[in-house]
Amino acid sequence: MSLPYSQKVMDHFMHPHNVGKMENPDASATEGSPACGDMVRLYLKVNEENKVIEEIKFESYGCASNIATGSIITDLAQGKTLEEAKKISWKSANEALGGLPAVKVHCAVLAVDALKTAIENYEHQNGLLKDKVPTDEKVVMKRLSRVINPLAGLDVVQTKLVRECAIEDHTVTVYVELPEDHQFANNIREEIIERIEPLWDVNVVKIIFRGK
Amino acid sequence: MSDRKHIYLDNGASTRTAPEVVEAMQPYFDETYAVASSQFSHTPGILAREGLDNARKIIADKLKAENPDEIVFTSGGTEANNLALKGLAWAETGKKRVICSKIEHNSVLHSAQWLAKKGLIEIVTLDVDGEGFVDLNQLEDLVTDQTLLVSLQHANHEVGTIQAIEAAAQICKKKDVLFHTDAQFSFGWLDIDLSKTPVDLLTVSAHRIHGPKGMGALYIRKGAALEKMLHGGYHENNFRSGTENVAGAVGFGKAVEIITPNQISTMKELQQKLIEQIKADIPGIRINGPEDLSRRVPNNVNITFDLVEGESVVLHLDMRGIAVITGSACFSRSLEPSYVMMAMGFTHERAHGSIRFSLSRYNTPEEIDQVVRDCKEVVESLRKISPLTR
Repeated sequence: MSLPYSQKVMDHFMHPHNVGKMENPDASATEGSPACGDMVRLYLKVNEENKVIEEIKFESYGCASNIATGSIITDLAQGKTLEEAKKISWKSANEALGGLPAVKVHCAVLAVDALKTAIENYEHQNGLLKDKVPTDEKVVMKRLSRVINPLAGLDVVQTKLVRECAIEDHTVTVYVELPEDHQFANNIREEIIERIEPLWDVNVVKIIFRGK
Repeated sequence: MSDRKHIYLDNGASTRTAPEVVEAMQPYFDETYAVASSQFSHTPGILAREGLDNARKIIADKLKAENPDEIVFTSGGTEANNLALKGLAWAETGKKRVICSKIEHNSVLHSAQWLAKKGLIEIVTLDVDGEGFVDLNQLEDLVTDQTLLVSLQHANHEVGTIQAIEAAAQICKKKDVLFHTDAQFSFGWLDIDLSKTPVDLLTVSAHRIHGPKGMGALYIRKGAALEKMLHGGYHENNFRSGTENVAGAVGFGKAVEIITPNQISTMKELQQKLIEQIKADIPGIRINGPEDLSRRVPNNVNITFDLVEGESVVLHLDMRGIAVITGSACFSRSLEPSYVMMAMGFTHERAHGSIRFSLSRYNTPEEIDQVVRDCKEVVESLRKISPLTR
């Protein structure tokens, strides 16, 4: 009998490594959303001196591919420097897992993205950026295009839930076209803050709900 | 894979072929294998014909149809639904409006969409509420004198909702509009009385009631003008060409014949036990479909486990020998969440966490206990690693 997943995928799915919440991480990132059916949160503890990932953990709401990739990618990143860990690609994860079904790639990419974003967030927060691009509207909207609108299962920019933002004096104001008492307002607020706050030159993130 | 006995809870998809059915079919493979022929043919052909006619009569009697000739055997529920919609659309009645609910089986929805794309019909859809019920007032408003057909399923395949087809059929009759019901998920388990209910077309399927796969039928009330979909010889009252599947029909007849009220009450007891035990043992769950079990087909239970994704639950349960399915996008070939649940107004999250348990008379209370224990463990372990758990 053949399952669609390799034995390696099944092992990591049934008994994932490095799983759980981390208290006081040095950086973290969330990719995906419950609306997509897949979500990964990844936490890092980084040695300040040599920039080695000393501890890495992940949490997953998702299918077998998502959980297995979270497990393998954290195995691969553990003990690596940030520069080395940046090179971990979807391809290396897929190879280490013995191959995932093509249709499941998008579920698995999330864990890779979460690692990249967490490293990026760490760099923003610790003055490690090579090119300090000042945060402008374009940067903000690009980051927000990874925040999912739970009503549609697509991102908040594409679905026009966020059409406008303003940047002034290290404060980013994001306008959300939803009423403040909407059932998803809090989720969206948290996700937007999580996306924008790590940017190196941002001190305050303000969310204005202005929908009817 | 564990050594434990398998627990099969995907009877909404297909069922174990009953041993009595297999036994009844056997002679039609190795003895009475001739083509079912006219009464003026050879003896083997006449014997095959008798087997076929007997099965046709059993199905007709079960539905209280006036005449066995109104039963047209098909290759299954999908073909029956295709024949109902396409056969009617091709009949050039001049009418174009086809009304169906948003949660019909894909064999109805995709047939209708294809016909609409060809410009042969116009589709008008009925909304459903949070439990999957259509609003008969909306139906009444939408039925016009230009309506070709109303197609409304008897019971839903995912959430088990039983539609009020008697009332819907009466609305159509009053307005002189043809009414089709897809009863492939209810036939055998729910009573249907065609002597009282003015249904014009009705779909049934064998393999959902322990009959063989590849066997179904469309009831076509006398006088309904349908074009053929499959052309060839004169078979099935000239509604469907092709050598008859006599063994399949005999198996279908046997499957209907051996249903007892006791078996149905067994399914109902298991259904109630499963729901109540999950409710009592596992927090953070939501029942999908009617809470009132008298309005739900007896073999269906559909439950969302909050904060976890369905494919992971299905795979973990499979590793423990339990077969169920989910409405999650990750489980579907299209990577879309269940369209039935989207039409019911559910969030994506609720669909992603939904698990369908579909029962049969071969399941036992001990199996239900085991399933609830395993579900609890699996859901707890997945919640532990979920970033949504606070």
